[in-house]
Amino acid sequence: MSNLDINHHTHKQFNTELKDLHNQVLAMGGLVEQQLADALAALTDGDRTRGDAVNNNDYKVNAMDVTIDEECAQILALRQPAASDLRFIVSVIKTTTDMERIGDEAAKIARMAVQLADQERPKNNYAEIEHLGQKAQQMVRDTLNAFARTDAEAALEIAQKDAKVDREYEAVLRQLITYMMEDPRSIRRVLDVIWAARALERIGDHAKNICEYIIYLVNGKDVRHTHPDEIAHELSKEN
Amino acid sequence: MENSNTAEYNSIDTDDQPHKTVGQVTVDNPRIICRGVNVYYDEKHAIHDVTIDIGSNEVIAMIGPSGCGKSTFLRCLNRMNDTIASCKVSGDILIDDRNIYDKNMDVVLLRARVGMVFQKPNPFPKSIYENVAFGPRIHGLANNKAELDEIIHTSLEKAGLFKEVKDRLDQPGTALSGGQQQRLCIARAIAVDPEVILMDEPCSALDPIATAIIEQLIDELREQYTIVIVTHSMQQAARVSQRTAYFHLGKLIEVGPTEQIFTNPQHKLTEDYITGRFG
Repeated sequence: MSNLDINHHTHKQFNTELKDLHNQVLAMGGLVEQQLADALAALTDGDRTRGDAVNNNDYKVNAMDVTIDEECAQILALRQPAASDLRFIVSVIKTTTDMERIGDEAAKIARMAVQLADQERPKNNYAEIEHLGQKAQQMVRDTLNAFARTDAEAALEIAQKDAKVDREYEAVLRQLITYMMEDPRSIRRVLDVIWAARALERIGDHAKNICEYIIYLVNGKDVRHTHPDEIAHELSKEN
Repeated sequence: MENSNTAEYNSIDTDDQPHKTVGQVTVDNPRIICRGVNVYYDEKHAIHDVTIDIGSNEVIAMIGPSGCGKSTFLRCLNRMNDTIASCKVSGDILIDDRNIYDKNMDVVLLRARVGMVFQKPNPFPKSIYENVAFGPRIHGLANNKAELDEIIHTSLEKAGLFKEVKDRLDQPGTALSGGQQQRLCIARAIAVDPEVILMDEPCSALDPIATAIIEQLIDELREQYTIVIVTHSMQQAARVSQRTAYFHLGKLIEVGPTEQIFTNPQHKLTEDYITGRFG
């Protein structure tokens, strides 16, 4: 059940427009989530076909971003939303931008997967990337759930988890640097892996941004560029 | 769901329920101080215990659904409600530390200090010149014709009307367009050198262009006057005011900086009204 109350406007058509917008954002989120899952599978399984498919589908994510922005502009012009309705539109515009970037990062991972597919595979089968990927995936999934439910508390918890993804990325990076030092012939291949790891770290950042928009939507507080612990402190003062 | 909403909205109508306005009701530099203002029309309790400051040189917008008491409250500020026999006002409304409901208060003088512009332009059936000259004459603000001419010139200028009417000051005010008539009424209010101008839906009878001109004018007048505007157009409240007060069933529900009221209102009733969820 969503906490978002978009069902009680005197203008019924406005309710429909907002509900439709909400559904489209969730659909876009679902697509982005799938793209990320496919890109990671392509990388860890060395599946070139799957990697190509992710790249070929990126345009769908971009198209949804454009469509949703257009609808937001239309609602702003025709309905002049205020208060929570206005915050909803603003967060949708910003959320889809970050979702589109997550889509771009997934496509980047897929490109790396395609390049790596032809090369020798390491013994651990990219376990470190798989692990980092799972964390990023979980973060994206939780973020989309928090958006669907308009759950600011969940959003805050997820935003706090981004630090874990960052730490994991640092650990992966150290490990990959060791590989390169041990075997300079692996540098080219490992650099591609680093790109993929970097993309996953960025995906965590985008998910965190979306969580901040959810908090803005619910509490009317712009918490961007604020440390999650500070956000928690701010929000607890209000309650 | 709709039924439960209605129940909730009606529940605040009961007198025994204590009510506290959300937001900062006081300001640092008040022009009018209202404390515990109640208004009754016979048995009907129209305004419940309203406490609010009207700041100097601010435009404050009063919004709320029809019958919420915003116009009634506005009319308290220059005792226009005195003209209604059944209307009783209690509480304090202070200008310069003096209660305007004092027995010794000169109501004519009060209405010169707190001028008013109404929903429909209501120029006197006289010439443009005489419309503006009327106030200064009865208040003896001009010693001779030259001084009166000067007042009329500056008043029309401030109301943004002078250029349009300077060659036809002797023509009837009623011959002007709706927007021009409303600016003539503003010039008439300004001519007696008021401190506060009350506006009761000043643009509801005007087209968008005339409305934009009046709104621009309100912005300019703020430098010299305090303006209290009652409006049904929330966009207008958002455009012209620095503070917004939301009334509901005779109670002042919430008051705050306009940008906050329109992006993040704290009270559910305010939120529901400005997002079009009822009313």
